[in-house]
Amino acid sequence: MADATTEEKGTGVILGATWTEFWAAWGDVFTTASLASMMAASGPLIYATIGETISEKAGVINLSLEGSIMLSAMTGFGTALLVDNVLIGFLAAAAVGAGIAALIAFASIELRLDQIAIGFVMTLLAIDLSDYLGNRFVGEAGPAVPAWPIPGLSEIPWFGEVLFDHNLSVYGSFVLIVVAYVFIYRTRRGLELQGIGERPEGAFARGVAVNNMRYFYTILGGALVGVAGAAFSLDQKLGWREGSTRNLGWIALAIVIFGGWHPVRVAIGAVLFGFLQVVALKMQPVFPGLSQVLPTIPFPMMILALVVVYTDWFRRLGDRYPRLRGILAADPPSGIGVAFHPE
Amino acid sequence: MTLKARSKRSYANLAPIALAVLVAVVLLVLAGANPFEAFKLMGQGAFSGWTKTGETLMAWVPLVLAAAGLIITFNAGLWNIGIEGQIILGGVAASWAAREVGGPGWVVVPAAIIAGALGGMLWALLAGVLKTRFKVNEIFGGLGLDFVAASLAVYLVIGPWSRQGVASTSGTDLFRDEARLPTILENNRLSLVAVALAIAAVVFVYYLMRGTLFGLRLKAVGRNARSAFLLGIPTSRYMLGAFALCGVLAGIAGSMQAIGFHFKLIPAISGGYGFLGILVVLLAAFRAAWIAPIALFFIAMSRGSTQLDLRLDVDSALGGVITGILVLLVILGGGWQMRRLKRRVPA
Repeated sequence: MADATTEEKGTGVILGATWTEFWAAWGDVFTTASLASMMAASGPLIYATIGETISEKAGVINLSLEGSIMLSAMTGFGTALLVDNVLIGFLAAAAVGAGIAALIAFASIELRLDQIAIGFVMTLLAIDLSDYLGNRFVGEAGPAVPAWPIPGLSEIPWFGEVLFDHNLSVYGSFVLIVVAYVFIYRTRRGLELQGIGERPEGAFARGVAVNNMRYFYTILGGALVGVAGAAFSLDQKLGWREGSTRNLGWIALAIVIFGGWHPVRVAIGAVLFGFLQVVALKMQPVFPGLSQVLPTIPFPMMILALVVVYTDWFRRLGDRYPRLRGILAADPPSGIGVAFHPE
Repeated sequence: MTLKARSKRSYANLAPIALAVLVAVVLLVLAGANPFEAFKLMGQGAFSGWTKTGETLMAWVPLVLAAAGLIITFNAGLWNIGIEGQIILGGVAASWAAREVGGPGWVVVPAAIIAGALGGMLWALLAGVLKTRFKVNEIFGGLGLDFVAASLAVYLVIGPWSRQGVASTSGTDLFRDEARLPTILENNRLSLVAVALAIAAVVFVYYLMRGTLFGLRLKAVGRNARSAFLLGIPTSRYMLGAFALCGVLAGIAGSMQAIGFHFKLIPAISGGYGFLGILVVLLAAFRAAWIAPIALFFIAMSRGSTQLDLRLDVDSALGGVITGILVLLVILGGGWQMRRLKRRVPA
């Protein structure tokens, strides 16, 4: 992240804009086309945040997101370019994400190493690997996910264009939100998933193979993180160059916390971030500096969310309105980051 | 542990290093380069002539300072991912002093270094207060503060501190000569002040952790904060102390970057040395004595590999790949050994 902003961008003056210019740009944010691009821009983040949510719900923090997404974006694009098949690109990207996640799970479960340490090392290593191995793909034009407006639904005025005039990568992210929610909160297996993250000893006593399940969900989550990379390089910002997905992984980690480990709230966080990006893009001509500052907003938001939840007045509010607490509370799974040893 | 067992262990420690070298050789061969020539070029790229050696040492200084700070927080059981932000704040504060404080060099330079130290400390204490007062995990709090600091640097560079008439992310105006670290050679950034500060930091941290009550108690907090608390150690205060000290060293690292290397504020003022410092400390297994040589190796790899790009057409990211694989293998190897030891001696 250090060299996040080395590119030459934005010349002119800040805050020298007039109100008319401001309102014109602000109006542009809410055009149908802008909102449609906001939904499309959220796609990669939805895959990554829900993948990480699943992994963290199972009790394993995959800190490597920044590197995983970067390396899988490169792999996804490179593979799709070489075999001229978008789907195989997605599969290759998912394999990269799953592989890194498997390594983190192995190090944590078998070798009892610190998840954070191994995740952090993988972050930096995967970034450098993407840079090194992806050299030959820089600047190449390759395949992209083909557009596919859903027949019928895309004809609905407004809604159709915003939600149903995209491609399979974007629809997949919508479907994933629903599937993840139903699976985690409405099925027996989902209950088990929550159990191994919240009370691993309890789940183990009830006959759940805690560590096997942790492997499974960490790798599954990692595969989704890999898909996020492909969704970026094959759909959102086509192609590959060094640091192409810069900061996406860190932002995804922040959104998982901001969303309180709940798939729907996490997805809303991802869409809100898409909205911020659209605002930054439209405001760029009016406030040149904004496009570099605005995308960092999820981080103070995350800190604020964590602080607010801890304050006394929020607790009193929660005691008075239990439903509100259900909607807003953001407690991490209690077994998160802690290795489980049956003996 | 018997002598024999110890010597066996040290051989096992070499295995990951040998494996990492092997990986490097394979990667170079795959890239169509002669590994021996490549290693020679990398060595030359980092150390041939005073100019290159000077630049390498001036990149080594902030990495050592950051790693020295991280030794303190790691021993207190804290993952100070916010160190990037602390370096940035140090750079910002030092730049402020370099721009605003008038007078001769012996006034401006110390002022800039002190300002940098205070800036880094402030940012570290913020993460510390979030952790101790609001129970915000220092990893996520620190990460958030990193990005806020990066935004602040960008804002200053293209906003209030932008060059006359142009607002570009390439940086502020260069500082005047009095606001730069004194150098010893012509056209060479090498500054004895910077090198002395880095060495002093290593010595300071070594004795702090080895020979002081503070260091001993800090380790107790790191091993088991709850037990330490029950034994009467004010854990929150000790954690804040660790954050503050690390922030001071990170802030000095940032000031070195500003007044000793770039001579201006740039958005990427941290140079990524905070995150790289975490790798250094992980490889050093949290021991202060090792950080100086390991940091030198890391810097030599990254600076030396730029030669590969120019001369052998091998992407310079290879240096980072090799150091990353080395750290990964050493950590995995350590875990593997522990596992075998535990199996042999049933707990």
